[in-house]
Amino acid sequence: MTELTKRERMKLPPTEMPERDPEIRRTGFMEVNFGYDPDLAVIEAQRCLLCARPICIDGCPVGIRISDFIHHVALEEFTEAAEVIGIDNSLPAICGRVCAQEVQCEGACVLDKKGKPIHIGHLERFVADFVRENSPLEPPPNAPPTGKRVAVVGSGPAGLACASDLITMGHEVTVFEALHELGGVLVYGIPEFRLPKDIVRSEIDGLADRGVEFRTNTVIGSLDTLDDLLTEEGYDAVFIGVGAGLPKFLGVPGENLIGVYSANEFLTRINLMKAYSAKAQTPILDMRGKNVVVFGGGNTAMDAVRTAVRLGAGRASIAYRRTMDEMPARVEEVHHAQAEGVVFDMLVSPLELLGNDDSRLVGVRLQRMELGEPDDDGRRRPKPIEGDIFEQPADVVVIAIGNVPNPLLLRTTPDLDRTKWGTLVADTDTGRTSKKGVFGGGDIVTGGATVILAMGAGRRAAASIGEYLATGEW
Amino acid sequence: MNTILEVRALAPDVAYFRVEAPKIAKRRRAGQFVIVRVEAEGERIPLTIADSDPDGGWIALAVQAVGHTTTVMNRLREGDDLLDMVGPLGQPSEIELFGTVAVVGGGLGTAIAYPVAKALAGAGNDVVSIIGGRSRPYVIFEADMRACCDEVHPCTDDGSYGFHGLVTTKLEEVMARRTVDRVICAGPIPMMRAVAETTRPRGVPTIASLNPIMVDGTGMCGGCRVSVGGESRFACVDGPEFDAHQVDFELLSRRNKAYLDWEAEHKQVQP
Ligand SMILES: Cc1cc2nc3c(=O)[nH]c(=O)nc-3n(C[C@H](O)[C@H](O)[C@H](O)COP(=O)(O)OP(=O)(O)OC[C@H]3O[C@@H](n4cnc5c(N)ncnc54)[C@H](O)[C@@H]3O)c2cc1C
Ligand SMILES: Cc1cc2nc3c(=O)[nH]c(=O)nc-3n(C[C@H](O)[C@H](O)[C@H](O)COP(=O)(O)OP(=O)(O)OC[C@H]3O[C@@H](n4cnc5c(N)ncnc54)[C@H](O)[C@@H]3O)c2cc1C
Ligand code: SF4
Ligand code: SF4
Ligand code: FES
Repeated sequence: MTELTKRERMKLPPTEMPERDPEIRRTGFMEVNFGYDPDLAVIEAQRCLLCARPICIDGCPVGIRISDFIHHVALEEFTEAAEVIGIDNSLPAICGRVCAQEVQCEGACVLDKKGKPIHIGHLERFVADFVRENSPLEPPPNAPPTGKRVAVVGSGPAGLACASDLITMGHEVTVFEALHELGGVLVYGIPEFRLPKDIVRSEIDGLADRGVEFRTNTVIGSLDTLDDLLTEEGYDAVFIGVGAGLPKFLGVPGENLIGVYSANEFLTRINLMKAYSAKAQTPILDMRGKNVVVFGGGNTAMDAVRTAVRLGAGRASIAYRRTMDEMPARVEEVHHAQAEGVVFDMLVSPLELLGNDDSRLVGVRLQRMELGEPDDDGRRRPKPIEGDIFEQPADVVVIAIGNVPNPLLLRTTPDLDRTKWGTLVADTDTGRTSKKGVFGGGDIVTGGATVILAMGAGRRAAASIGEYLATGEW
Repeated sequence: MNTILEVRALAPDVAYFRVEAPKIAKRRRAGQFVIVRVEAEGERIPLTIADSDPDGGWIALAVQAVGHTTTVMNRLREGDDLLDMVGPLGQPSEIELFGTVAVVGGGLGTAIAYPVAKALAGAGNDVVSIIGGRSRPYVIFEADMRACCDEVHPCTDDGSYGFHGLVTTKLEEVMARRTVDRVICAGPIPMMRAVAETTRPRGVPTIASLNPIMVDGTGMCGGCRVSVGGESRFACVDGPEFDAHQVDFELLSRRNKAYLDWEAEHKQVQP
């Protein structure tokens, strides 16, 4: 391969991600993006300017050595690329798919100003997939057993990343999960069409092969309390990665009508319980031809509305208080949703959910909004337009306005400090909580955030757990 | 894991299971439940822990076949394993010395009320149990109740056994005769509502064990929400027991019928 000059690199057009036809993907749960093949990946990697000071790295919450790995891709050294990514990210196939790249690595890339940032996420995903499918990396050998035992509570990205580093250090690790399947939101929340469950499964199998013990169907706080783990069960340290799983509701009349779901319930029924499959036993309201309204503007809302499309909804819409510009969802998901025919009703806020005599949902009463002055964090605050209220038919409403921490574990461990929002207090760098030997990270500490942040928190906590176990110092 | 140690018929369509679960047996308290899955791609169904033996390492479940999953479960035999079982879930019953407590169970509800009756008796209360069924074979847990209660009143709709009439009529009779400090009820929704209306005028604190449709049972989905005193509560983590005088039974009854059409269409195993 001939080396390209900087000028030549800048002229290359971005390599778009091949994706399944919207008309076809509306009908099933197959993954939307096909991924790059090696040729496409190399072409895209060649666009990277390999900046002397790669500012893209500042945009990645875990500081992946982006220019280094991309350089390897350009040279077709995919294994080396995977090794470089692996230094900082233990879940690249997942993050490459679900990170909000446009506000992270790609948003920071110098080429972003020209509107042509390097597709770092696509490349990361390619490297991870290619290596997994062709010549999986040898995991680092586990250090000799330390004789120390660590309990990890919750099997989402925070817990998995923490477990991975701890087992490498030679500690004994048990992951406890309340549900019957492992993976947290990666499994019950994010749908198959965005994150195939096989990928999550293979990460977990890899951890099991390396000696991590997994116990599903175990709710810490009720079967064993946190204190039981540290005393009776003989664990030397505990990592809490229980996520922010308690759904928020709107607080308007009619929320208990039949046909009104939290996004968690709606997505769990589909993803975890496979309610879309004729074989599965968990029912879901038949969506065929139905009118589905999803409240919210984040990734969860997009996942819910696109799931509704796939279940055959006649009209599936997003109802959001602000405008498209303020929506927190990943840009790619919004584009995909639009291509799949999702309707975006902006600047509306629910006043009431309307039911019939059988308590079944039949419609929503909405208040039209306008954007007012920016608030403290610079976002323009929506305010109602006086008197502009209207009704719209709806057979199903999904509420996707966020989650708050599930109190199950914290409620039975009163000596753990928590904030007034119910999140666990833990040091950002070390994950240390107010209780000796107990660490925390991920959504339970930050409130609903992202996979990469949860993963990073899990790894920082693992490092500090290692230190604590070695020195005994708190 | 979760091996069935014993299974026997309690009533038509109701089976009694003893399931190996050493840890749950040790931790669980009266009023709590487990969530069980019996087949791949199967539903998660909540079942009350009817009894337990911490030394023997088992818990007891009483299951009424009403739909697919309960029917499949009731076909399992000794030595089979339950695919998944998680618990104990839910808040334990409030067990204190109240004085005299009437425990009212209707049909399968008696299996749900029994562990509470036993715990209340253990705390020194005089427990009067009123246990109803359609006809004689549907009155369950009578011997167990007799072992812990002061009085036991079987009631049948058809008069084939015990008192001929509604459990609420019997409850009136008991309350007229002796001071009742608290009432606990479990059973069909109309029965619990009727119990609440029977005790309301007398101001007797009344607790109902609610059975909304659940998915995860850990507070994650909100599917189990019930309206109590005008507020939404999650039955799996805030309940399942609530102040019966505050519960919106009408809404509960409607929400429990949400999937009737779906179930009728998809019934794969005939109960
Ligand atoms: C629908 C949806 C879409 C999303 N899309 C994106 C996206 O595109 N990109 C992105 O970066 N982020 C996304 N997120 C956010 C991201 O998934 C979360 O920030 C991340 O999963 C948090 O990881 P975690 O490990 O802290 O917790 P979780 O993933 O929530 O895992 C916590 C686990 O702990 C278990 N648990 C809870 N309590 C107990 C207990 N007492 N005992 C045992 N186990 C317990 C839970 O069952 C769960 O499995 C999305 C979230 C949702 C809901
Ligand atoms: C906290 C709690 C404790 C329970 N304890 C017991 C118990 O000890 N023994 C027992 O036999 N049953 C118990 N139930 C009820 C039991 O969970 C349901 O009967 C079961 O989920 C029905 O599943 P299915 O697939 O067999 O029936 P489905 O086909 O799902 O439903 C059949 C019918 O049962 C009703 N139903 C569905 N789900 C529930 C539900 N969760 N609760 C009540 N009715 C439902 C529906 O209205 C439907 O008409 C309990 C429920 C709760 C919430
Ligand atoms: S982990 Fe996420 S933010 Fe970091 S480089 Fe990868 S895609 Fe970008
Ligand atoms: S900033 Fe952009 S062009 Fe520069 S190294 Fe990073 S990805 Fe490549
Ligand atoms: S069953 Fe999901 S929150 Fe209670």
